[in-house]
Amino acid sequence: MTAMATQVESNCDALLRAGNTNCAGCGMSIGLQLLEQALGKDRKPLMAIPACCGIVTAGAFPTSAYGAPVAASTFASAAAVATGLSLVGEINGEDAPVMVWAGDGGTYDIGVATLSAAAERNENVLYFCYDNEIYGNTGGQRSSATPEYVTTSTTPRGKAERKKDMMAIMAAHRIPYAATLSVAHRDDFLRKVRYALTVKGFRFLVLLSPCPTGWKSEPQESVDLIDLAVRCGVFPVFEVFDGMRYRINVRPDGTPLEKYAERQRRYAAASMNLEGVRRHVAEQWAWLEGMERAFPGSE
Amino acid sequence: MGKALITGNHAAGYALSVCGEANRSARGCVAGAYPITPQTEIVEYLRGFNFSRGRVVPVESEHSAMAVCIGAALNGARAFTASSANGLAYMVENIFAAGYYRLPIVLIAVNRTLGPPWNIWVDQGDSLMFRDAAWIQFYTESHQDLVDTVLLAFRVAEDPRILLPVCVALDGFVVSHTLMGVELPEQAQVDRFLPPCHVPHRLRVDHPATVGGLTWPKETAHHRRQIQSAMERVPEVLEEALDEFEKVFGRRPDGALRVEHAEDAEQMLVACNTMARTARRLVESRQSEGEKLGLIKLKMFRPFPRRQLREAVGKAKRLGVLDRNHSAGSGGVFWGEVAATFQGRSDLVVQNYIVGLGGGDVTPEVLGMIADDLQTRMTAGEPIWQEVGV
Repeated sequence: MTAMATQVESNCDALLRAGNTNCAGCGMSIGLQLLEQALGKDRKPLMAIPACCGIVTAGAFPTSAYGAPVAASTFASAAAVATGLSLVGEINGEDAPVMVWAGDGGTYDIGVATLSAAAERNENVLYFCYDNEIYGNTGGQRSSATPEYVTTSTTPRGKAERKKDMMAIMAAHRIPYAATLSVAHRDDFLRKVRYALTVKGFRFLVLLSPCPTGWKSEPQESVDLIDLAVRCGVFPVFEVFDGMRYRINVRPDGTPLEKYAERQRRYAAASMNLEGVRRHVAEQWAWLEGMERAFPGSE
Repeated sequence: MGKALITGNHAAGYALSVCGEANRSARGCVAGAYPITPQTEIVEYLRGFNFSRGRVVPVESEHSAMAVCIGAALNGARAFTASSANGLAYMVENIFAAGYYRLPIVLIAVNRTLGPPWNIWVDQGDSLMFRDAAWIQFYTESHQDLVDTVLLAFRVAEDPRILLPVCVALDGFVVSHTLMGVELPEQAQVDRFLPPCHVPHRLRVDHPATVGGLTWPKETAHHRRQIQSAMERVPEVLEEALDEFEKVFGRRPDGALRVEHAEDAEQMLVACNTMARTARRLVESRQSEGEKLGLIKLKMFRPFPRRQLREAVGKAKRLGVLDRNHSAGSGGVFWGEVAATFQGRSDLVVQNYIVGLGGGDVTPEVLGMIADDLQTRMTAGEPIWQEVGV
């Protein structure tokens, strides 16, 4: 009766409804639409979304742009709130998937302890991180997901440190499934999300999410940018089974790094050292290829 | 179960467990478990209890202990946890979230001094830290008071007129680690006393809504006003819960206040937790000597029982408010509330005594010195720091 009022639905069935507040060219919009395709129209998740652009997406009370129920959690709590949602579902024999939809700030930085703990307990949660490599909601500050040399509002001369390897950290928890998702590779994206939905336990999926306002890129080029990120090797598309067995899904095709960098003004810092980036990308690929050779994985 | 000799922590663990188990007929229960002295044995007890429809999650922090409770309550389960001192401080962001989400979570606070410097003994400053967080707060004086209040806490929190979380506080070590005889409620009695937990705004797959999203100033103010209205209904709902408790268990725990010798007292001590027990002993001995000393045990701190307190003071001319906490730059937190309650009453002296900080032993002798000071006062002064032996 006097419970906290909730934001009510329109008659729209979509997971991401018209009227949401996302910017044009936001990778999160594409990701949510692909997620909906993977789920199918009839299957609705329970979602926990921490502070991030993804909760602003819903719009203001009394509307909600999500076609699924959402718990708007505190910044560092999404994986723990999802734990509570999931356990009660399990106790009551309910099969609605419990999902987290979080940005890189809430995943790589402030939420990392909560995420690590939920992964270590192997909670039955499907965790999505849409990684736009900055704190987008607050105007584009660096996070530990920001790549080296990139300019943000708190790295005006370029970021000195490398991007945190979150996939390696999550794999080290030996969770049943972890994968990276490219919004430019629809079939691969859908296949992996559909597979993740069949797995019980903690699943971690991260998509590189273009952010035109933060990346200083053109909205209509967002999908092309992710395609270039995959082709030049900056964003490896792969999956890890049980935290041990690797499978690379898309290999780089020799596209020069410049093709990716030159279309984003965040890569225009005076200190930009593309040679350094190239070396680190090559290192990363040598490691990944080695892991796949030594510990090949499949469903 | 009958009467058992049991520590305060085990009594709290038992009470939480039977309350959680009682919700097996509905959507079950979930608890967050994270250790901190002097609370640890409560979550150990929970982890050992064999719930038929419940889970106790060994989380990585107090912040997540409350977050797990929030998720569970948002999916309709009965949810609870326990903590102390810096653990509560770490939890605070989600303590506010639980209140503002209107979730009927129960939190046991084993009162301990906030550090640094590190000190594991009793001080109410930890739970008073979140007095503004839309939580009901009870301060308990004994093992029995604690057990009974945990049961009442769930009943009040989950009442559809309330839907607010409840914190039940007890003294670290003085209660948590000592043994007392306690009437422990039987599961069947608790099943009768607690209706199934129903969270009306829980997430439902057929109702796509965002709980806790963005609101504009007008809606935000309305939300806070609704919480205030719910708080104002607490005394009535608590009285009903006490009536029901008496029917099921055959005894009546203390309500918002417990008043002694109000009819003839000229001065009254105002105290919570075990200090109220010690004060009661002093009051009895002074009364037997003809001194007109009374006692108000303040059990409910939120909502602050202003109306009941005004009625309770009767003809008293002086109130001595005991505070085992310190709001730096002001004084005792209870005193601030009591003084505000009696603003405009120039005929009433409201004097603050800060006593037993950091777990100092508040003996009848210490309270005797306070009573002696109070008795001679014609006006109230600044808060008095009363030293104790240890």
